[in-house]
Amino acid sequence: MGMLDRMSTIVKSKVNKLLGKFEDPRETLDYSYQMQLEALQKVKRGVADVTTSKKRLELQKAKLEQNINKLSEQAREALKIGREDLARLALERKKQLELELESLNQQIGELQKEQDKLSATEKRLSTKVEAFRTKKETLKAQYSAAEAQVKVTETISGISEEMSDVGLAIQRAEEKTEDMKARAAALDELQEFGTLEDLAGGKDQIERELEKVRVGSEVDSELEKLKQEVKRA
Amino acid sequence: MIVRIMGEGQFVVSSALLDRLNEIDNKIVEEVNRGNEERMREMLREMIALVKREAIPLNPGEILTSDVIIPPKDLKLEEAKRTFTGAGIIPD
Repeated sequence: MGMLDRMSTIVKSKVNKLLGKFEDPRETLDYSYQMQLEALQKVKRGVADVTTSKKRLELQKAKLEQNINKLSEQAREALKIGREDLARLALERKKQLELELESLNQQIGELQKEQDKLSATEKRLSTKVEAFRTKKETLKAQYSAAEAQVKVTETISGISEEMSDVGLAIQRAEEKTEDMKARAAALDELQEFGTLEDLAGGKDQIERELEKVRVGSEVDSELEKLKQEVKRA
Repeated sequence: MIVRIMGEGQFVVSSALLDRLNEIDNKIVEEVNRGNEERMREMLREMIALVKREAIPLNPGEILTSDVIIPPKDLKLEEAKRTFTGAGIIPD
């Protein structure tokens, strides 16, 4: 038996479980409709979750880019005052952040795809739920006819298959957002410790070194000025 | 014939296309048995691309059961194996 047959069998067994739940197929129609509305809510929440995760990563991206620019500036400044060691340190950190940025871009792309897919699912499902709602009332009205009973079964089967599909899509999206959340948290940590802002002074090591050099040379020149004044006097 | 690609909706396919899907299906089973996830996914992607390219999407307002159901393209080897044991990947 192939993969396709297996998938179909598994979906059908889920559908049959639902069909066996009520004696009166009209109850099954109402019950199924409730499940569809719930599924639609879940898909909507899924879309919102993915969008939030993506926004968070985009914020991190902006922060990373800012830090990369800052490190470039610091490297340039360090070179100007002849501190190649500091410039190298800044460039090394910059490289690390650039690698992070690359993988972040990839993750944002993945979430975008997931968002598009879920939005399409939402659209498809809401069309289907609306069609079901109309059909359900017609079927209930003519239920006594044997033919209608067959149609009820067919309709329920069709919509239940859709529900299985949507259920899996939601599950997949949830897994992916959880995964992204974990990665985003790890990245937040890296931004805090591995790089720039020193919590106490709001300045990082490179910035402090540069300042030391700056202050040092200002002191030197002022000292020089004083010396000249003293000499003249 | 109606084919559902999990996560992508339903499509109307010709029986000629269905034959080609069955051919790929056999290859997928082989790869699952070999435990080759990468090749399995490759075949699955090929199958899904083929349907999307050559079949007509079913109007979402139609409520019909599918003759064939294709697993999602990010199917894991573990899930494929579970499908063969009957447990499947569909949530309740």
